[in-house]
Amino acid sequence: MNKIISAQFIAPEVKKFIIKAPEIAKKRKAGQFVILRVNEKGERIPLTIADSDVENGTITIIAQGVGKTTKELNRLESGDYIFDLVGPLGKPSHIENFGVAVSIGGGVGTAIAYPIAKALKEAGNYVISIIGGRSKDYVILESEMKMICDEVYPTTDDGTYGYKGFVTDKLKGLLSTKKIDFVLAIGPILMMKAVADATRPYGIKTVVSLNPIMIDGTGMCGGCRATVNNKTVFVCVDGPEFDAHKVDFEVLLNRNKFYREQEKISLEMHKCQLDNLIAKQKDM
Amino acid sequence: MELSKKDRLSIPRQPMPEQAAEERIKNFKEVNLGFTEEYAKLEALRCLQCPKPKCVEGCPVGVKIKDFISLVAQGEYLKAAEKIKEDNALPAICGRVCPQEEQCEAKCIIGAKGEPVAIGRLERFVADFERNYGGIKQAKVINKNGYKVAIIGSGPAGLSCAGDLVQLGYDVTVFEALHELGGVLTYGIPEFRLPKEIVKAEIKALENLGVEFRTNIVIGLTYTIDELFSLGYSAVFIAVGAGLPNFLNIPGENLNGIYSSNEFLTRVNLMKAYNFPEYDTPIFNLRDKRVAVFGGGNTAMDAVRTAKRLGAKDAYIIYRRTENEMPARKEEIYHAKEEQIEFIFLANPVEFIGDNEGNLKAVKLQKMELGEPDSSGRRKPIPIPGSEYILEIEAAVIAIGNGSNPIIKNTTPDLTFNKWGNIVVDPETLATSKPGVFAGGDIVTGGATVILAMGAGRKAAKSIDDYIKTKYLI
Repeated sequence: MNKIISAQFIAPEVKKFIIKAPEIAKKRKAGQFVILRVNEKGERIPLTIADSDVENGTITIIAQGVGKTTKELNRLESGDYIFDLVGPLGKPSHIENFGVAVSIGGGVGTAIAYPIAKALKEAGNYVISIIGGRSKDYVILESEMKMICDEVYPTTDDGTYGYKGFVTDKLKGLLSTKKIDFVLAIGPILMMKAVADATRPYGIKTVVSLNPIMIDGTGMCGGCRATVNNKTVFVCVDGPEFDAHKVDFEVLLNRNKFYREQEKISLEMHKCQLDNLIAKQKDM
Repeated sequence: MELSKKDRLSIPRQPMPEQAAEERIKNFKEVNLGFTEEYAKLEALRCLQCPKPKCVEGCPVGVKIKDFISLVAQGEYLKAAEKIKEDNALPAICGRVCPQEEQCEAKCIIGAKGEPVAIGRLERFVADFERNYGGIKQAKVINKNGYKVAIIGSGPAGLSCAGDLVQLGYDVTVFEALHELGGVLTYGIPEFRLPKEIVKAEIKALENLGVEFRTNIVIGLTYTIDELFSLGYSAVFIAVGAGLPNFLNIPGENLNGIYSSNEFLTRVNLMKAYNFPEYDTPIFNLRDKRVAVFGGGNTAMDAVRTAKRLGAKDAYIIYRRTENEMPARKEEIYHAKEEQIEFIFLANPVEFIGDNEGNLKAVKLQKMELGEPDSSGRRKPIPIPGSEYILEIEAAVIAIGNGSNPIIKNTTPDLTFNKWGNIVVDPETLATSKPGVFAGGDIVTGGATVILAMGAGRKAAKSIDDYIKTKYLI
């Protein structure tokens, strides 16, 4: 059990947790993740470590409430406990001084991009950050990114904030005006695929962080397998980061939708439980 | 009254009471129900109490079989349990999952002419009796020697090593990567063959002896092996298991509906997916579906019988050799057949075929014939050209063994591994190339049995004791 030191929403349905986990905080490097369970009947879900504080022995994770587990997680407050937490898992990001590096985060993907952008900056890169959101409220970590990046461009699909358009539109603009040496893209699968397609003609090294369904996160089950360079890889031990130009995004999309029916059932159950809870509280 | 040898030989081997097949395929409760006291006593009387018993030679941990059976015959079940525990920390587990027919019972003298004494069933009876009626025992007072040993992995090798070392006076910490203890006993072997409550009870007994267990720690990532030494551990035993599932490497393998046996069994056993949606982890809804399990070992039998219990209409074992070459225990094959599992022999998958949605809909199989024996001594299957045919299935489980997990390898550069990624050890001492580090179980041998891993755990405990006593002159 790991204590939650602070918990706050930073965008609709997106919550930032600072969790006591000294062992993980000490070892974790950019790009690595944890697996957690919210309760004793809960599933194991992977979440990237957004930041850590070795002195205080804490790690930061940022979760978007999409399914039952993430919604239950987002109901936890400071002082509550994470039921199970294990990590740091996966291989750390490969960091070097590439020259000009563009970090692209779509939605909550920015939380995963942030530690890697920070490490890229520390390695001497000129770092440009593109932060994408559906609308203004969904643009996260802008001030944090501004502190570590040379240029920061928020984009929104509806134009309510920053550049109006997709992150790829902004990227294409940069590609046509600047020499870019490295691109990191983390977000929805279709976004990562679009970024890979955009940089491919330029031959720019492009890395994506994959987020498949996982169970153990240590290579034991093979559930998180993906197709990269026409070969099967286990994202938990071989990744989570891969060469974007070699990832088969269709396989990833397909495997991530496998439990869609069950996910709906779980979410319905969560809503019912929540309604009951609210009804009970009203009775009291 | 003393029975004559003739009297003893005239008693038939007692049958194992079990749930009827048509009932048990609808539940996950244990198939074998265990001996009654009457059966156990009768079975124990069959033992000839040989002056030089052969059975013990067949036991990888050297249980004093003759002595414990004699105590059963006298009705001294708790004493019998104590006798077993002198050599085996996990008798309720071993009584259930050991391949006794290849070990102790294969050596039993009366087995030469008739059926051997049912040693495994007696071991199980004794262990269950103790768990149910033994009460809470006063913890033995163990004089601590002040030295700490770290064990990586809480599966059978780790648990048996922990059991021996704690009794020798060491402070033992077992590190487990998952949130539950037990390794393959918990995530791999199904409830209907090994109830998890029994695994928990045996682990609890070790805890009562003073073994410290820490879950959710991945050695290599949370702590490296070198960091364990700097935390004050004097020796480390690596017992992480195999832990990297093999796939067939054929087209279509990443379609939805195709599982490794590890994933399939982990979802069901560890994550309790058979209780979805009460438990959050889902599994593909197998009700009225057709499921093929590829492989011929105990894991394949566990997976196919699990699929049947999840409601599969047709559940197939597809194996490229014949029944004679199957590595699974006879009892498992027999139970599977009783449960209407269909066996397709001499067939090998060459391609998985999906629908437009990326879901599995069929497998293309090629017929095989047996050629000359290969390096494993089994006759090698040879494909018959032009014999391919299609079998329609909605789910598949691949149970063809494990490679070796890369985490320790990637984070411990000074350990020596062979070309398959298994840790190289001195076969006598289980010492690795790194001083103070020992390894045993599936990470050394590749996929094997629970009892062989337990044997390795005991051997490692002895070597670690020798190592520490020599090094620190205690």
